[in-house]
Amino acid sequence: MTESTKVEVVIDGVTVQAAPEQTIMDVADGIGIRIPRLCYHPSLSTLGACRICVVEVEGQRNPVTACTFPVADGMKVRTSSPLLRKLRRDVVELLLDNHPKECQTCERSGNCELQDLAYSLGVRERLFEGERKRFPRDASSPAVIRDPEKCILCGRCVRVCEEVQGVTNLSQQHRGFTNVVAPAHDCDMSDSVCIQCGQCINVCPTAAFVENSSTDEVLDALGNPDLHVVVHTAPSIRAAVGEGFGFPVGTPVTGKMVTACRLMGFDQVFDTNFSADLTIVEEATEFLSRIASGDRLPLITSCSPGWVNFMERFYPELMPLASTCKSPMSMLSTLLKTFYAEKTGIAPEKIYVVSVMPCTAKKFEAKRPEHMAPEGYPYTDAVITTREFVWLAKCLGVDFQNLPDGEFDNPLGESSGAGDIFGATGGVMEAALRTAYEKVTGETCPNLDFMDVRGVEGVKEATIDIKGTKINVAVSNGLNNAKTILDRVEKGDKTYHLIEIMACPGGCVAGGGQPYPPSGTYVLDPELTKKRAQALYTIDAQKTLRKSHENPSILKLYEDFLGEPNGHKSHELLHTNYTAQEPRGVR
Amino acid sequence: MSRPLDMLINLRKQAVQRLFESKFKAEMRITVGSATCENAAGSEAVHSRFEELMGEHAPKATVLSRVGCAGKCDMEPVVTVITRNSIPTKYIHMTPERVDEVFKKHVLDGEPIEEWTMRHHAGIKKAERVVSVCECRECLRNGGKAIEKAFLAEIEKSGLSDRVVVMRSAAQGPEEHGPLAYVYPEEVMYKELTPEKVTEIVASHLVEGKPVDTYVWTGDRIANRFQPVFGDVPFFGSQLRLTLRNCGVIEPESLDEYLAVRGYEAAAHALTDITPDDVVKTVFDSGLRGRGGGGFPSGVKWRFAASQKVDQKYIICNADEGDPGAFMDRSTIEGDPHTILEGMIIGGYAIGATKGFIYIRAEYPLAITRLEKAITDAREAGFLGSGIFGSDFDFDIEVRLGAGAFVCGEETALINSIEGKRGMPRPRPPYPSIEGLWGKPTVINNVETFANIPVVLLDGAEWFSTVGTEKSAGTKVFALAGDVKNTGLIEVPMGTTLREVVYGVGGGILDDREFKAVQTGGPAGGCLPASLLDTPIDYDTLAEVGSIMGSGGMIVMDEGSCMVNVAKFFLDFTQNESCGKCTPCREGTKRMLEILTRISEGEGVEGDVEKLLRLAETIKMTSLCGLGQAAPNPVISTITHFREEYDSHIRDKHCSAGVCSALATYSIDAEKCIGCTACKRVCPVDCITGAPKVAHVIDDKECIKCGSCFDACKFDAVKR
Repeated sequence: MTESTKVEVVIDGVTVQAAPEQTIMDVADGIGIRIPRLCYHPSLSTLGACRICVVEVEGQRNPVTACTFPVADGMKVRTSSPLLRKLRRDVVELLLDNHPKECQTCERSGNCELQDLAYSLGVRERLFEGERKRFPRDASSPAVIRDPEKCILCGRCVRVCEEVQGVTNLSQQHRGFTNVVAPAHDCDMSDSVCIQCGQCINVCPTAAFVENSSTDEVLDALGNPDLHVVVHTAPSIRAAVGEGFGFPVGTPVTGKMVTACRLMGFDQVFDTNFSADLTIVEEATEFLSRIASGDRLPLITSCSPGWVNFMERFYPELMPLASTCKSPMSMLSTLLKTFYAEKTGIAPEKIYVVSVMPCTAKKFEAKRPEHMAPEGYPYTDAVITTREFVWLAKCLGVDFQNLPDGEFDNPLGESSGAGDIFGATGGVMEAALRTAYEKVTGETCPNLDFMDVRGVEGVKEATIDIKGTKINVAVSNGLNNAKTILDRVEKGDKTYHLIEIMACPGGCVAGGGQPYPPSGTYVLDPELTKKRAQALYTIDAQKTLRKSHENPSILKLYEDFLGEPNGHKSHELLHTNYTAQEPRGVR
Repeated sequence: MSRPLDMLINLRKQAVQRLFESKFKAEMRITVGSATCENAAGSEAVHSRFEELMGEHAPKATVLSRVGCAGKCDMEPVVTVITRNSIPTKYIHMTPERVDEVFKKHVLDGEPIEEWTMRHHAGIKKAERVVSVCECRECLRNGGKAIEKAFLAEIEKSGLSDRVVVMRSAAQGPEEHGPLAYVYPEEVMYKELTPEKVTEIVASHLVEGKPVDTYVWTGDRIANRFQPVFGDVPFFGSQLRLTLRNCGVIEPESLDEYLAVRGYEAAAHALTDITPDDVVKTVFDSGLRGRGGGGFPSGVKWRFAASQKVDQKYIICNADEGDPGAFMDRSTIEGDPHTILEGMIIGGYAIGATKGFIYIRAEYPLAITRLEKAITDAREAGFLGSGIFGSDFDFDIEVRLGAGAFVCGEETALINSIEGKRGMPRPRPPYPSIEGLWGKPTVINNVETFANIPVVLLDGAEWFSTVGTEKSAGTKVFALAGDVKNTGLIEVPMGTTLREVVYGVGGGILDDREFKAVQTGGPAGGCLPASLLDTPIDYDTLAEVGSIMGSGGMIVMDEGSCMVNVAKFFLDFTQNESCGKCTPCREGTKRMLEILTRISEGEGVEGDVEKLLRLAETIKMTSLCGLGQAAPNPVISTITHFREEYDSHIRDKHCSAGVCSALATYSIDAEKCIGCTACKRVCPVDCITGAPKVAHVIDDKECIKCGSCFDACKFDAVKR
């Protein structure tokens, strides 16, 4: 931008140069003035709904909202005055007056933007209290609970669902005081087009959306002497769980996490990374056989249950393209109740499998009939999110900060660096390419870092040259971005061979079950996602074992139990199928 | 390429010829009011009966047609019988039975049934001629009073008192030529009158039947179409009809009739002779301000949009009329749909938009039908579509239906609704004229604004700007309702005082009771007390006294209205209609309503009024759109002007109007009660005791405060 297009604005007496397309809030943020806000979210469209960020602009009849109002040359802004403080206080009180008085018992207690605002804006008494809205809590979904009484109608969930995930399951319905955010026709979440990704939970400033918690079941299982309780943790947990215990964003805490699991009482601690490697071996085999037959291309990854749900509702005609591989979680849980049960001689019904996932959709996946044993029990008994893990550790008195590092149990705890990077967008693709390269060429892959598919961009495309074989790949994160690629696939605009889709923006590191970000960053912040992803890339880089198909435990598993990749047993235990779901989504 | 204006003039000639053959050469024409309101009053049955009778007897010289609603709600259905050389006779409260009588006596025998006419109802006797002397402020300043006197004196002197009626009117149009007087049935407007000229006019015109041509105003304003048909009735004579100029006059579904009253001439003229920039300038110079309520200068809005250099722009007509009791736009569309299309065409040409939308609520089926017919007819005539009027300008219009949410009258919510989204307002800026429908520059004006555009172009910006006040040019249509004698749709010049409307056009308070307040601006407006009756009606003055112009609701209230209850009514409306997007409007209006409700139920406490005012300020200053920003107005204005009523509700638990039933106490004044038993007989809970001819007593414990005894007592003995 050239100097001439800049405007000069005075905010609270501070003269500042700004670009004319900037808003007052934006410019104020830049000079260290944080105007109180609620509905505003930097990664979502601007709504101007909560009216808390009002500021006074000279010449304007009424205060204006800083989040929507563009700066102009010569503009004089006051961000604080007795009038503004009164207005903001009253607006926040109006929200509180229509909100349950349950702060002490609320899941978001101490981590609630409404609570923070009420405190900082000085709402110390309720002047206008009256009737409070009454809505039933919708716990119909195994993943996401909607509690409209706690909803303050900031519209962030509506926006993230539409703008980031392209699902548009949520919208504001009814007028005035009866206004409520709900799926179409007020139907239950379980009957809606919700894909269970949990991004609504992440952006919610209060507890109007929370995960359907499984911590009670886990505590019961841990307390049950008849059960052999095992846990496995997804790749991205180690990159984010530290935030819940005060570690800086992007601190890898694999060892402490393992020790914490043991202290919490889990009998065995395994790594979902192991089955990430297994997924790669299975998927790469599937990919190469499809390449060989020229059939059902591109292959689309299927690790992300939010994406699978999306596919089944929005793009069912593309289901034949999806890999039939179960997700790493389901693969490992299945092995735990088959291979592991066999090996240890523990009856599978006595094994209680807990998985720690960055994801709410995994809770749904675990309950799908396709992921049940033929005997009727689930392979995964309980899925807890990273947030639930943090709470559980605190509940069980684990001093996470000061724990020594521990090691995963084997053989289902060993993993390559390729397994670690599964947690970041592009990671599954990179892991697959490392294996595919070597399987196709029979040679050692000269450079394991496929930088073209790394990074937080929503859509990445690359052509990978595997010694003369050109493979067109595409990677997307955030389902609205997936639409871009999928529509090209449908129209035949472009030939792809391999596509990785992760439902959450940035991949699992920014999944719907990850910790609420500490102050200084925010949900959907690309910097936050990058730091968490970087933790995984660092772990990968530090490992000598970086290719899934070289994981000795994987090789042994095939030798002892599975036979060969995509073989009969693999198909029986490690692969799945998809079904178009109703209601269908509107693209 | 032929010039658009030539094409139009040619089409008009053909239309007039067709009309002459089919209608105007007839000895007698009968028009039946046809609009939602007229139909509800039974006008279709009236029309059918006329048809049957004419089919049976078929007087060749008589034609029957439908016209829009003239605006006299309480007299509908209205039938107008027009014969040559006599003043059109307007029959009121028509029924099929009355049709039989009118047909027999008037249509066949030529004898009007005087007692069923509007003029009879207004206390005006039938006469050969009517002289309507304009007493608008301009004419009065120039000696209008002396002109009335002169006419009366000269007519008396000439012995014509029984044959000529002199009436007062206002706002006849060319007031720059005042004093004015209009003579029926010759439809002659005399200008710049002096008592001397009056003497001459009476002698020549009224006595000998020869109009004095030299004194006749020969201008032709499309704004003067209404007066010849309805102006002899004081209710109409005291109005100036620009927007509603053709309503009740032409057949709304006939393009020919619209063409005959110079319809589409403004559009053709613009396309032929005026550059788009000059059209914008003309609208700017006219001083026309948005009639939807905000009063934003239309020319400025058009200029913003015109200056945007983009591939696509839009024109939207806001016909999402939502104020309770408002029906200005509906009547305008039902009575004169082509006017709206013409205004939009001109707007499209001015700003460079090729596409227009009319956003109208689905509850207006007749208006929608007529609009759609008008659009089809206009397309067939080449006024819409590609290369309109033979020019190289493309413009077309589409009707979009709203589901009836009040907030969709707010322009950004309306845009969302057209785009298929939930009707919730967007923050401004960006303003629609820069970034509107589908992100393109969009001009949104309401029905009344567009209806004024042809007037501005044909009658001239200069003249238009002289009507009304300096800052509020032109006229305003109001739906006058409440405790006033004449209710209906009225149109008066800006600057007319509330008193002139209430006591002039409105004819005063029903039963000559005490005036208490007038509410303007609908749910966004305020209640003004008697002390403000001399407030001129214009955008700025009304805002200064705590109300707004609004889209044109005007409710007159007498002493029987409780101001707390009035405020509660409007707040109940706005809080129901709040879209729920922004906090202050969604939550704050609910809290205000709760406080008002407890005050009206006797549960009010000290400090409640202060809380109301505090909430009102927060809501006004922080709400996202006009709905919320204006929602507290009815509360603020009633507190400002009627604070004592709030205090007596809170402290004395007393509602002086007796409206708040929870606060009412009824008792019988033993001095006044004669023991007639009327109250005892109507009491639904038998809580009144007393023998005949002995003072009665109400048992307050049993009383349900229904007020039946109060209404039944003829001796003013029941107190509340």
